[in-house]
Amino acid sequence: MRKPVSAFIVHGILALYTCLALFPIILVIMNSFKAKRAIFNTPLQPPMPWNFDLIGYSKVFGDGAVGTYYMNSIVVTVGTIFFTLLFGAMAAWALTEYKFRWNTLLAIFLSLGIMVPIRLGSVSIISLISDLNLINTLTALVLVYVAQNLPLAVFILSEFIQQIPKDLREAGRCDGLSEYHIFFYIVLPLLRPAMATVAVFTMIPVWNDLWFPLLLAPTGGKQTITLGVQQFLGQYITDWNAVLAALSTAIVPVLVMYVIFSRQLIRGLTSGAVK
Amino acid sequence: MAEVLIEKLHKSYGPVDVLKDINLTVEDGSFVVLVGPSGCGKSTLLRSVAGLEPISSGNISIGGNNVSNLAPAQREIAMVFQSYALYPHMNVENNMAFGLKFAKTPAEEIEKRVNEAARILQLEPLLKRRPKELSGGQRQRVAIGRAIVRKPKVFLFDEPLSNLDAALRINTRVEIAKLHKLLNATIIYVTHDQVEAMTLADKIVVMNHGRIEQSGKPLDLYYKPANLFVARFIGSPAMNVLPATVSANGKSARVQGHDLPLDSTLPAGAAIQFGFRPEHALFAKSGIPVTVDLVERLGETGYAHCRTSDGQSVLVEIKGDPRLPPGAKAFVVPSDKNIHCFGADGNRLPV
Repeated sequence: MRKPVSAFIVHGILALYTCLALFPIILVIMNSFKAKRAIFNTPLQPPMPWNFDLIGYSKVFGDGAVGTYYMNSIVVTVGTIFFTLLFGAMAAWALTEYKFRWNTLLAIFLSLGIMVPIRLGSVSIISLISDLNLINTLTALVLVYVAQNLPLAVFILSEFIQQIPKDLREAGRCDGLSEYHIFFYIVLPLLRPAMATVAVFTMIPVWNDLWFPLLLAPTGGKQTITLGVQQFLGQYITDWNAVLAALSTAIVPVLVMYVIFSRQLIRGLTSGAVK
Repeated sequence: MAEVLIEKLHKSYGPVDVLKDINLTVEDGSFVVLVGPSGCGKSTLLRSVAGLEPISSGNISIGGNNVSNLAPAQREIAMVFQSYALYPHMNVENNMAFGLKFAKTPAEEIEKRVNEAARILQLEPLLKRRPKELSGGQRQRVAIGRAIVRKPKVFLFDEPLSNLDAALRINTRVEIAKLHKLLNATIIYVTHDQVEAMTLADKIVVMNHGRIEQSGKPLDLYYKPANLFVARFIGSPAMNVLPATVSANGKSARVQGHDLPLDSTLPAGAAIQFGFRPEHALFAKSGIPVTVDLVERLGETGYAHCRTSDGQSVLVEIKGDPRLPPGAKAFVVPSDKNIHCFGADGNRLPV
């Protein structure tokens, strides 16, 4: 048992950090329920009956395009997670399970991808996407995000695959399963906790990203929600009610997805396999 | 069920030969135990039969079909792993049925076979449980059940008892022996425990450094070990081996200055290794002179750890409660019928 004093200090530090991290989020949510004047005059005051106003939300939901932006964001995020996990797990499986000639070289090449920021290649990505006639499509975003997230996904999943007992795969081979069956019916179910981790890692930066939507899908109703909010930020006047309301609602889907994945983060799924 | 024939099997990892010229026949319905020290190649041989390790040259045939280049699933074998290797995300029933589903076995046939295996192994109350909710012995039975439902031609066991505690190991050993009788199955079984080998096997194959040292019935290996390695490996505690010289008439061996008669004639003056088991030796008025170091009492029997004048250790089984204080001088006599002589090359000499 830890001493009560040191436990108190640790919890104190964690509580302080939690307050710091939550403060801006709470500020945004609080002010999204207030009238415009109250946002500027008393920004730190919680919504009260006399300054309560849902004008921001009615503007956001009244604007037909915002719904589309939400859908765009969800499609891009879910698509990215799906393909990152599928291809990431397949690549990780191939690199750890099979010995072939360029195995090590390929693994090094993939880990290089973790170190080099993808944004350095923005210019060539734009010209590539434009040559493919994919400007202003969600496909372009999904492709770029999958490329961005694959290296880390392969890296993390390889580590987890190595922990799956070799005997399990061999038992599968003795049971007459093809390599694809072993991957989909034995390896993937056991990788669930690892895939949840990767999904959370992948999801948040993709949902929040402004850079690639701005470069690759800035118009044509293919904006993501983070980009779509920008329409409320004008050069001369900014509709703060709408901006705060849109940002508050943008938290909801990513929070829901996080809850879904974190339920999968159950340790010890492989216990009982061996010994 | 079927016969397994292994001919001129070689396997090497690069320059390292792990299996050298293995020739072995596993008769239909027999229980063959591969035994040997760690790294002797016994598991590799089993995995080669299973098809999990590719072989460098030679042939393996099961039931008359050459399976050397077939995938594990096509060899009609079933393997029980040391770690059990149960699929952790499936319950017991699905663990057993999993392979059959992919073999496109009809559903009612799968159910019939799973229920039958569950009945034989007393797994019926556990069918809906997951592996992590089972004890070690139960997991072991599920692993065996998964092998049974496939109705394989050959069962392969890779050290199946080494993760169980001592009491459960003895129980499970008896269960496996009964199962062998019940199923009339051809079984190849790998272990490093020579008690398992002696009790279970119809035929023991002793391996060392990737070679078969000797194969035969358990008692043949015990009474007539073909060489020093087998002599020392089979039998517990291990055989005493002392250097000796054959006397001038060739009819006796001089061990530590004491002459012991031989049944047959060996070349006069030859340097040999003279072996006898602790259970085949007695203390007497005259014999091989030793000093007692320590006496271990196990109840009815015990072991006297002794040392010859030149420091060779000799172990003697004792019964009752003879007075042998540490440091006492004594004489050891091997029983005439159970002595073993080995030449300079380590091979058995006829005695």
